[in-house]
Amino acid sequence: MTAAPLLEARNVTKQFVIGNRFTAQGLRTVHAVDAVSLKIMPGETVGLVGESGCGKSTLGRCMTRLYDITGGELYFEGVDITTKTLRQMRPLRQRMQMVFQDPYASLNPRRRIRDLIAEPLRVHLRLSETEVRDRVRQLLDVVGLSPDHMDRFPHEFSGGQRQRIGIARAIALEPSLIVADEPVSALDVSVQAQIVNLLADLQERLSLTYVFIAHDLSVVRQVSTRIAVMYLGSIVELGSANDIFAKPSHPYTQALISAVPQPDLKKAGERKRIVLTGDVPSPINPPQGCRFHPRCPFATDKCREERPVLTEMAGTRSVACHYPLTA
Amino acid sequence: MLEVRDLRISFRTEHGRVRAIDGVSFDVAESEILGVVGESGSGKTISLLAVMGLINDPNAVIEGSIKLRGRELIGLKASEMRKLRGREIAMIFQDPMTAMTPVYTIGWQIAEQIMVHERIGKKAALARAIDLLAEVNIPNPREAIERYPHQLSGGMRQRAVIAMALSCNPALLIADEPTTALDVTVQAQILDLIRKLRRVHKSAIVFITHDMGVIAETADRVMVMYSGRVVERGTKAEILLEPRHPYTKALLDSIPPLEGEKPRRLKSIPGSPPSLLDLPKGCSFGPRCPSRFDKCAEKPPLEGGAHAAACFLKAAP
Ligand SMILES: Nc1ncnc2c1ncn2[C@@H]1O[C@H](COP(=O)(O)OP(=O)(O)O)[C@@H](O)[C@H]1O
Ligand SMILES: Nc1ncnc2c1ncn2[C@@H]1O[C@H](COP(=O)(O)OP(=O)(O)O)[C@@H](O)[C@H]1O
Ligand code: SF4
Ligand SMILES: [Mg+2]
Ligand SMILES: [Mg+2]
Repeated sequence: MTAAPLLEARNVTKQFVIGNRFTAQGLRTVHAVDAVSLKIMPGETVGLVGESGCGKSTLGRCMTRLYDITGGELYFEGVDITTKTLRQMRPLRQRMQMVFQDPYASLNPRRRIRDLIAEPLRVHLRLSETEVRDRVRQLLDVVGLSPDHMDRFPHEFSGGQRQRIGIARAIALEPSLIVADEPVSALDVSVQAQIVNLLADLQERLSLTYVFIAHDLSVVRQVSTRIAVMYLGSIVELGSANDIFAKPSHPYTQALISAVPQPDLKKAGERKRIVLTGDVPSPINPPQGCRFHPRCPFATDKCREERPVLTEMAGTRSVACHYPLTA
Repeated sequence: MLEVRDLRISFRTEHGRVRAIDGVSFDVAESEILGVVGESGSGKTISLLAVMGLINDPNAVIEGSIKLRGRELIGLKASEMRKLRGREIAMIFQDPMTAMTPVYTIGWQIAEQIMVHERIGKKAALARAIDLLAEVNIPNPREAIERYPHQLSGGMRQRAVIAMALSCNPALLIADEPTTALDVTVQAQILDLIRKLRRVHKSAIVFITHDMGVIAETADRVMVMYSGRVVERGTKAEILLEPRHPYTKALLDSIPPLEGEKPRRLKSIPGSPPSLLDLPKGCSFGPRCPSRFDKCAEKPPLEGGAHAAACFLKAAP
């Protein structure tokens, strides 16, 4: 990959200050995303995985600048967007869109589908009403909804159809990047597959680049070119989707993948499960040294004291561990 | 030990009568784990709430027969049913807070549960609570009994609820998607725990899930539901390796693989499950079924003995 990245995060950090200075605990800082560096190349799908609270959504929202970032830098299509204001972001916002888990929450229940999909077109483009109409019709077709759906309201649709509407809105302005935050997590398996296929078709047709956030590892493996595994705000492993699943290198990745229940009984016997003890520590007081060390079966004194940095290994793999499992 | 026969549940609504469960029959044997799988709205929760006697909606009409160790539960007095719950059958839910009160400590809530069913003092009940928390692998159970639910993580809360359900050593435990809201590493711990319960206590367990992977890891036998009916049932191996109903097949096919070559596209089932208000005549999977033929305009019965499928296609795969 020698092309320029579509989006580049350099040491992106996001902290939230919570609490109240008048209570016993006072103000506390949540280290939601901690010095993440990641290049998203044109045309690829980067999957972000990790357990809830590890900072996936926060990182996604930082990338699209829905959040101001606390530290680090962000470049989109070569432009430094680190400190751009809302107003300055507006023309760029058309180029980067988000799709959320529950499109229903973001769809005004009193507006018809035609208006919901037309909204981004009307806000950002100067189109005549006929042009808007044609474009809406075309968008519905692209996401697999029929033109008869135009005059219906969001509640008349199933979960899968609503996600199609959410996707139609996201692609309306022909973005180059879509950050999809758990887009299929609320859907039943059979419908999930429809949406995964739709996203793949759209990627090909519209040369889209995706950041795909999900906690379902088999879905992420299916859609992703590369996968970034996050733990307590940081990327602990980065590599091609196939490699990471076949040979995880970070002890956390290994445990995470081994915990996914295998529905294929023929293969279930071969798998060895690594059961982690304890829960994910709080991002308010993350552990010193390697953040994974309290749960890591391989931790040594070095791990307790020195924080491993994400280091490039053979091929395209990077790992943040003092003792990676595969060299 | 549990025999459900021709269970039918409908609700009177403003749009007319809605048939949520349409003739569901199944058995659970002693110390067996029955997995119940199906998409949301297929009737998994409601059929087992009926077993618990927990459908409180005055508009609900429940018909058929539910026998626990020979005793008919449909029509049982509310007070009798209450006695049965906790002592003979217990249920845990996706959200552990369904069974907990935020204002009491974990230890007190478990102890109280024990004291409802047994004549023992508070001290003895608390001691039992500590043992139970240890049994479900909660670290430092002596400290944990002093905690309030919100001070525990989701996984720990679910363990505490399991401890509560175990407090009276029920013969049948119904677990309704107990790991759906949990992360996979925590889910793995809870699944281990459920398997251990069956081993140690010989409890019969009905495990409801929408995840075929979870079925593969827990169940002995499986029942697949679709729009209020059982479309297939059999042993875990029969269902996962030789599915006979087109819905079961399609459901298994639509799961992205965890290893090996990635398919270019996933196989998906077109459309979505039908609305209960507008169920198709005949086979309810018909409108989405790739193998549909003339006969499917009639309602297919669940046939075939132990490995049964409600489908007119008789030929094995
Ligand atoms: N707006 C916010 N205010 C305070 N804390 C937040 C906020 N958003 C997220 N967090 C915290 O930041 C951490 C990362 O959250 P999130 O990015 O939502 O994780 P994920 O999407 O991986 O589940 C969590 O500890 C979460 O509680
Ligand atoms: N009180 C009620 N009134 C009307 N319909 C109900 C009621 N409770 C459940 N249902 C309907 O019964 C069907 C089965 O629901 P449920 O058992 O919760 O499905 P599952 O657990 O498989 O997702 C759903 O379509 C639901 O809308
Ligand atoms: S650095 Fe040490 S503690 Fe961290 S993952 Fe590697 S071996 Fe485990
Ligand atoms: Mg999230
Ligand atoms: Mg349910």
